[in-house]
Amino acid sequence: MTSGHILEARNLVKRFGDFEAVKGIDVAIDRGESFGFLGPNGAGKTSTMRMISAISQPTDGTIEIFGLDPRVDGPEIRRRLGVVPQEDSLELELSVKNNLLMYGRYFDLPRRVIRERTTELLEFTQLSERANDKVDNLSGGMKRRLTIARGLMNRPEILILDEPTTGLDPQARHLLWDRLYRLKREGVTLIITTHYMDEAEQLCDRLVVMDQGKIVAEGAPRALIERFSTREVVELRFATDDHEQYFNQFTKFADRVEVLPDRILLYVNDGDDALRDVHAAGIAPASALVRRSSLEDVFLHLTGRSLTD
Amino acid sequence: MLTRALPLFGSRRSVRVLERNALVYRSQWLMLLSGFFEPLFYLLSLSIGLNKLVGPLHIDGHAFSYATFVAPGMLATSAMNGAMIDSIFNPFFRLKISRTYDALLATPLEVTDIALGEVLWALVRATLYAASFIICMALLGDARSPWVILCWPGAILTSFAFSCFGLAVCTYIRSWQDFDLVALVQMPLFLFSGTFFPITLYPRWLGAIISFSPLYQSAALLRGFSLGQFDWIMIMRASYLLVIALVGLYVASRRFQKILTP
Amino acid sequence: MARLPDTKVGNARWIRSWWAHELFFKQTWRGSVASSLLFPFLFLASLEIGVGHLITAHSGLVEGQTYLHFIAPSLLATTTMQLGEGESLWPVLASVKWTRGYHAAAATPLAPDDILYGKLAWVATRGFATSFVYTLVIACFGALQSWWCLTLPLIGTLVTIAFSAPLVAFAARSDTDASFTALYRFGLVPMFLFSATFYPLSAYPGYLRPIVQLIPLYHGVALTRAAAFGQGTLSNELAHVTFLLVMAALGIVWGRRTMRRRLTD
Repeated sequence: MTSGHILEARNLVKRFGDFEAVKGIDVAIDRGESFGFLGPNGAGKTSTMRMISAISQPTDGTIEIFGLDPRVDGPEIRRRLGVVPQEDSLELELSVKNNLLMYGRYFDLPRRVIRERTTELLEFTQLSERANDKVDNLSGGMKRRLTIARGLMNRPEILILDEPTTGLDPQARHLLWDRLYRLKREGVTLIITTHYMDEAEQLCDRLVVMDQGKIVAEGAPRALIERFSTREVVELRFATDDHEQYFNQFTKFADRVEVLPDRILLYVNDGDDALRDVHAAGIAPASALVRRSSLEDVFLHLTGRSLTD
Repeated sequence: MLTRALPLFGSRRSVRVLERNALVYRSQWLMLLSGFFEPLFYLLSLSIGLNKLVGPLHIDGHAFSYATFVAPGMLATSAMNGAMIDSIFNPFFRLKISRTYDALLATPLEVTDIALGEVLWALVRATLYAASFIICMALLGDARSPWVILCWPGAILTSFAFSCFGLAVCTYIRSWQDFDLVALVQMPLFLFSGTFFPITLYPRWLGAIISFSPLYQSAALLRGFSLGQFDWIMIMRASYLLVIALVGLYVASRRFQKILTP
Repeated sequence: MARLPDTKVGNARWIRSWWAHELFFKQTWRGSVASSLLFPFLFLASLEIGVGHLITAHSGLVEGQTYLHFIAPSLLATTTMQLGEGESLWPVLASVKWTRGYHAAAATPLAPDDILYGKLAWVATRGFATSFVYTLVIACFGALQSWWCLTLPLIGTLVTIAFSAPLVAFAARSDTDASFTALYRFGLVPMFLFSATFYPLSAYPGYLRPIVQLIPLYHGVALTRAAAFGQGTLSNELAHVTFLLVMAALGIVWGRRTMRRRLTD
């Protein structure tokens, strides 16, 4: 290996015609780490994912995965990667078992090995009872878990997950998160994109925040929050269509004020204190909420926009 | 721009794509088998009515029934149609609608393997179908020579040419409506390629244009085999089909790459 | 936003379903119209140069007509049958299963019956338009010899519906298109080949003729020939019409059941 990292990308650029989706990013990921790409839709996360999965070629810059160059050793790299794409792209007409069989064959695994791993993986993803069902009949959460089982078929050293829990109900999400923790304990390197900050906080040791094709911040989730936000946030709503008009009223109560279309955010050290001051000043919001700062606030601070617009 | 050194026409791994299709269509093996009946119906319908109406045809001093004349042309036509469906319609669905190939690309398979795999799959089907067609021809007495057995590789070559060509066409298709345009090309090819009547019925200049039709070349090749009439020009015909196949596969591979990994 | 006219069309809600199909068609018609115009021309031209030429040279007239004239009207019957098939099987399966467009329609004031009638009315519209064009093309080749030929567009429409109605019903209860292949291979293709389309009924041995007369397409073919040449007896032709009408009616009854089951259960 030329570098100590399991994956290293330098000055990565992806252009589609005139449109520049990824504008020169640098990433280095260590073995066993759980690494996240956080950003809104259209930030360039999926393009980045496809490049570091050795699927699409960067327009400019270099990538090394396992110390190998994807331009030369694409098949060898992909043999050691697991990919869970944003769209499940399962074979709907085939049974759960046959989906895994088929995928395993793409890796040239012998049928006997595929059979053993299928049993194991279906147990791991809690799909054993549905082994012979057509995929078409599975729920969204089950399909997602099957896609993860599929991605693990080749015992990958790195598992790459693109928006793993989008569209799932809370229960299905927690089950998925639990499975991902277990993989991490077993030493699998996880690379995750998400636009859910709670997911990023839960799963990632370290993450980068992406916006418009660039990395705007990098670090551990807690460290990012401490660096770019205050300890607590007060959310205020008023019965109005225009929250903008209140901006000046609140600057004196907080370190920083953000106005969103439907609410006002006060960034403070102690939320209860601040809320008391607001009430004392004779201001009566329709609703008020005190919470801890999250990655959402980091993103808002860095880009001036909300993650889920 | 960085370009990647790819195996030009795919690798051994393309067999995995073949396996995938076999698995997906496994539940439909009965349908595949029933394909045997289609040539039977067509040839039977010919011998019931048209043999008598058209009367014997004279080619190179020998008299043949109409069905004997048309059967190899129909074999060529069905090889063309089957190959076009297998390589335009189904891959279009996988490429643009169900996005099946996205999952394959995360594995050691390369884009060129996918293209070659689809062609191989079309050929497996063509092999079975051509075999049943030739058996029907023999059963109904529409084959005049034991060399009719050479129609088998001949029909497979035809399928190879049209499925590579079709796969290249498939990558240019934007929506289902574009299939009408495909039909617009396929139809005159089907009607005027000398499959239903001897090309000598055309004025000479028109015949010369038609000799560029790959379907005409295929029909003439297969007719030579089934009537047991050999000619050096048949090597030219086979080479023509082979060139179409290789060019088609090359274009298809490049285009697949452009679409799947832009 | 422009408001659509209110649903004051009384009970004719099906017109909205018809209109939806028309909207789709307006976006996508170009290719299909080109091929449906070109096909009859090319087909008949190829006959004139090729097989028709051979047959005239060897056997002379077929049932008092040149082979080209003999075949031309039946082309209308086979084409409208194929139109009925093509508009019914995959598009309906797509609408009830893949895109679920019919489910979306069923969430509006439209009832399953309205969706069915609108669909069939649309197929009939296309059947009529296609038949009209084909009649003109057939006339160009000189195959029309009687004023009865004015009924050809209606006959074509009838054939379209007679095939479309049961096939829509069948498609509405399908989950995959696997059965469609079987239907084509053992039903629709043999029907196309053996309905005395390409040669007269008399080509069959006597004991087979009553069986051929049970094939639905045969009745369409017989009607088009009778109308084009002005031959045939009124009672015979009425029998053919009745056969196709019954087929359409049974298809509609069946379709009402399968659509209701599919869209409301």
